Amino acid sequence: MTMERKTALELYRTMRKIRGFEERATALFGENKIWGTIHSYAGEEAIAVGVCAHLRDDDWITSTHRGHGHCIAKRADLTGMFAELLGKETGYCRGRGGSMHIADTSKGNLGANGIVGGGIPIATGAALTAKQTGTDRVAVSFFGDGAANQGGFHESANLAALWKLPVVYVCEQNQYAESLPVEKEFPIPDISKRADGYGMPGVRVDGRDVRAVYEAAGELIARARRGEGPSFLLADAYRLEGHYYGDPRKYQSKDEIEGWKTRFDPLIDTREWITGGKLATAAELDAIDKELAAEMDRAVAAAEAAPLASPIRLPEDVYASR
Amino acid sequence: MQVADRRTAAEPATREMFYNEALGDAIRLEMERDERVFVLGEDIAEHGGAFQVTAGLLDKFGPDRIRQTPISELGIVGAAVGAALTGLRPIVELMYIDFSGLAMDQVVNQAAQNRFMFGGQARVPMVLRTQGGSGRGNAAQHSKSLEAWFTHVAGLKVVMPSTPADAKGLLTASIRDDDPVIFIEHKLLYRTKGQVPTGEHLIPLGRADVKREGKDITIVSWSREVLLALDAAQRLAADGIEAEVVDVRSLVPLDIETILTSVRKTHRLLVVHEAIRRGGYGGEIAALVAEQAFDDLDAPPRRLAGVDTPIPYAAHLEKTVVPQVDDIVRVAKEVCS
Repeated sequence: MTMERKTALELYRTMRKIRGFEERATALFGENKIWGTIHSYAGEEAIAVGVCAHLRDDDWITSTHRGHGHCIAKRADLTGMFAELLGKETGYCRGRGGSMHIADTSKGNLGANGIVGGGIPIATGAALTAKQTGTDRVAVSFFGDGAANQGGFHESANLAALWKLPVVYVCEQNQYAESLPVEKEFPIPDISKRADGYGMPGVRVDGRDVRAVYEAAGELIARARRGEGPSFLLADAYRLEGHYYGDPRKYQSKDEIEGWKTRFDPLIDTREWITGGKLATAAELDAIDKELAAEMDRAVAAAEAAPLASPIRLPEDVYASR
Repeated sequence: MQVADRRTAAEPATREMFYNEALGDAIRLEMERDERVFVLGEDIAEHGGAFQVTAGLLDKFGPDRIRQTPISELGIVGAAVGAALTGLRPIVELMYIDFSGLAMDQVVNQAAQNRFMFGGQARVPMVLRTQGGSGRGNAAQHSKSLEAWFTHVAGLKVVMPSTPADAKGLLTASIRDDDPVIFIEHKLLYRTKGQVPTGEHLIPLGRADVKREGKDITIVSWSREVLLALDAAQRLAADGIEAEVVDVRSLVPLDIETILTSVRKTHRLLVVHEAIRRGGYGGEIAALVAEQAFDDLDAPPRRLAGVDTPIPYAAHLEKTVVPQVDDIVRVAKEVCS
């Protein structure tokens, strides 16, 4: 299938934006400006981007501790994201959440989640809202291979299939559950086959190939919108920067790390596909990179200039009504 | 969505109802008033709920709004959290509070904290209805009083009504509340009766109720132990001790002012609850009173609570581990001596 130039460039731009965000966040972390921990999405950009390209602002997602990519793909504002990481009053969560809890309810992002698998039941509930209110909205739950072994996934998948809820479960199989390699997580080689047991379609794609993700997700999301129920998308990928910033990665060999970096970077693949297919020139892609770098500079500068989050209003955010 | 005003002008102002009936009445009225309200849980449809709270509601509202679920506590509580975050107002029924451990991540890490973690962007208007307590020989896994677990989590509200009228009024307020409310009923209260307003009945959360006035000792309690405290107060009166019984009704938010006002009058405090004493909410109330009204006290604040054991099965054993009327009378006299 030949993809429109416009779509291809949009996918590339968002992937590059995510990578750029992770690069800046990593640098800020290195400068001790970010507290706590961050988990880089570098290497998995094609998944969030290929899926969210099909979502409207009134569709919902739930995200993970490795959530920056999902936020950006769901059209979050970069300044608000940086400001959150920097603990500023203008951050998405006004410094209460940080990297692991960025949410943007105005765009249907129901939050990153520090609990592995924590978002899966919530996305299922959002899909219940869609069904209960008779709309064609859909919910997508992003989670990793580690979360696929949590009970909440099993319970939610069963409920969603039973009630034919418009939810797509997107498992980003990035080869490790923290330090546990995927072959020690599952006794079967392909967990997309589990979907059959729940009574929903299971599809497996190369999660580094944004075209493949875009096509597969497009069908599953359209299906959900038509009221045909949930589905499971397994996308193979690799986290290029380890589990968290500063992960010593003792569980991986140098060869493995280097090999993935040079051979399986989805951004390199995407550039090759776009230039090779004559959808755009390398110079045009470079121009996008440059534009995004400037946007990133502005976002970081605005976030750094913002005031620190105020502690005075902390208790106000605990309860909505009192 | 439609929010209709339901006035029931033709009906009498009050009617005698069972506690479970009063709860069902609150749910029915709120579901008629606001179509965002729905119920999900195990055995709640044709069966009417394990304690018959939702009896008759399936016929009235249909299977989408009286949504019976498989046995999947984490999944259904999580679905309620997601539905609440996206604009509905779910009432999720957990058949026994002892099963809450299966759902706890969604209660504690998600429902309770979403609003705060997201910097106030979200609200989670859900009610988790459940029931606890001993007295039916259900043994350790079906008899606990676990309210202290929930009071210890910032972001949750905890409500424990003792009478049918309070059950209706507080459940109505809980359904209309924009925060996650843990609404804990007691399995021995479902078949207690009382006069209940027939129309809309709303009791704001965070208002204690002085169930009996007295001048000699303040007995603070909640849920079923309030009824035992009232029985004890009658017996104490025969011995010349006038006990004031304060039913806190909601533990979070807590109406400490009503408790302090009472203690400033009686100068003595006894907190009574069924949950085990160690780490129980009685300690919190005793500490608050000691901190804020120490000079008004003529005796140390006292707790009477469950023995620090799991609930045993046999009828005669079960009674020995939770406060009975005799115990309340005895300890109240000690405090007053």
